[in-house]
Amino acid sequence: MSTMVDVRHLFVRFGDFTAVRDVSFTVEKGEIFGFLGANGAGKTTTIRVLCGLLLASEGRVFIDNEELIAGHESLIKSKVGYMSQHFTLYDDLSIRENMDFAASLRHMNHAEYLKNRRDLLDFIGFNEDLTKVVRDLPTGIKQEIALCVSLLHQPKIVFLDEPTAGVAPVARHRFWELIKKLVAQGKTIFVTTHYMDEAENCGRIALMRSGELIALDSPANLKQNTFHKQLYHLSPITTPVILPDRNLFDIWEPYGQNYHAVFKNDTDISIVRKHFNIQKISPSLEDVFIQLVEGQTR
Amino acid sequence: MSKVEITVSNVHKNFKDVQALKGVSMHFETGRLYGIIGPAGAGKTTLFRLILNLLTITTGQITYREDGRPLPFDAFREKIAYMPQTQSLYADLSIDEHLAFFKDLYGINEQEYTRKKKELLQLTRLDKFLDRPAGKLSGGMYKKLGLMCALLRSPKVMLLDEPTNGVDPISRREFWDMLHEAVEQGILVIMTTAYMDEAERCGEVVLMEEGRVLAVGEPKTLLQKAQVNNFDELFLKRGGSHVDNG
Repeated sequence: MSTMVDVRHLFVRFGDFTAVRDVSFTVEKGEIFGFLGANGAGKTTTIRVLCGLLLASEGRVFIDNEELIAGHESLIKSKVGYMSQHFTLYDDLSIRENMDFAASLRHMNHAEYLKNRRDLLDFIGFNEDLTKVVRDLPTGIKQEIALCVSLLHQPKIVFLDEPTAGVAPVARHRFWELIKKLVAQGKTIFVTTHYMDEAENCGRIALMRSGELIALDSPANLKQNTFHKQLYHLSPITTPVILPDRNLFDIWEPYGQNYHAVFKNDTDISIVRKHFNIQKISPSLEDVFIQLVEGQTR
Repeated sequence: MSKVEITVSNVHKNFKDVQALKGVSMHFETGRLYGIIGPAGAGKTTLFRLILNLLTITTGQITYREDGRPLPFDAFREKIAYMPQTQSLYADLSIDEHLAFFKDLYGINEQEYTRKKKELLQLTRLDKFLDRPAGKLSGGMYKKLGLMCALLRSPKVMLLDEPTNGVDPISRREFWDMLHEAVEQGILVIMTTAYMDEAERCGEVVLMEEGRVLAVGEPKTLLQKAQVNNFDELFLKRGGSHVDNG
């Protein structure tokens, strides 16, 4: 596997403020790579650099072996596609008008555009009328058309920003199947999202905090290596619920009618067992995220 | 602490040819956090607008009760706080100015306002940002300010339409803690979300898709009954045989 994105000691500064500080990572060709972080962690700034929209203050960035330097942005842009859950298509335009517009922005050759459009619509299995206005399309179809638009100029890497957040489960499942087909065809996928169920689709995840990269691994390894204490699910067995002393816990969090908890000392479990059924549970990717970003047990 | 109840009985709502709600029934009462879970187009916002009397019901009925007594909506209205998907906060006003503005709007007396403001700022951890304009708050902080404004007049019912949309996991978890705190204080909290992974955080969920109710109940019980691991799987099993969701 060869490298699609190579970021070496990236710094981005805005005046006195350092938005990205000494970030280094690589993304391999054909990988689904997740890029996560709290609001203000430096994700968007990094992505703007990778898309050729912003220059690094320091460090080096390579996309498909081309170095991102001033004057080369248009070369990089031709290798990059972008799709967001929130805004990619114009609701008032038809499918064809949206695609025509995207092709014109990319200065695509008309014959090449028509061929790519046909191939992409075949790829998603869409054979309906292209004069349909986007507003009238079901959400799932809109997502797939937006994906086609981001792929029209045949980029090597596609950035997906919360691509299926809020989309119905069936449509979401279908969308990720399409993404996996793209990966099998050699495309590289770079996903940024606040939703951990989307992040679970990634081969590796990078986690940003305050402009720095604080973790990089597969979802399974992150879950396994981040937690050093057991997480428990507690279901009350008494009515009214008799809440235990919260000082017994590092974590005590309502979860529906139940609670998720980490004991300060596991020997205290017997105290709580009188009023709760207690089950060991595995941490979720969200637990991992919070543990790493907040630097606390959970 | 009084008990309030909202009962939705076989409600249909049509917009011209579109059936937004197709005979939905559900019951909400103080002491629980209810989540209305469903993808875009499920009818969640329409349901909220009907509960808030902002739209008229095509057929069916919504009843409101306090301590067992039926109340007309006009008498119930003042007990409800509503946080819409797109909040109407003022970008140029600070957190402090927002709270003062809503105090005047709701006619809250000075003593009650001082007490409530202190309590809410502690709960939201926004006390260090009092002077920051709403337009410069992060997504999570902005939502928390909206929640504070809604809680300022001590409502008995809170309706929150997709309050966690676009909020990062840490702010989202803090937001959920605030909602549970509100329930402990005796507020009936009903929220909508399009994110299946949030269903398990609710005391009771109403799963909706395409204007229909697929299931109602305690999250863990629903998953056990359906023999599935999560709500994505439950949706795939119960409804949504098509890609379309509108």
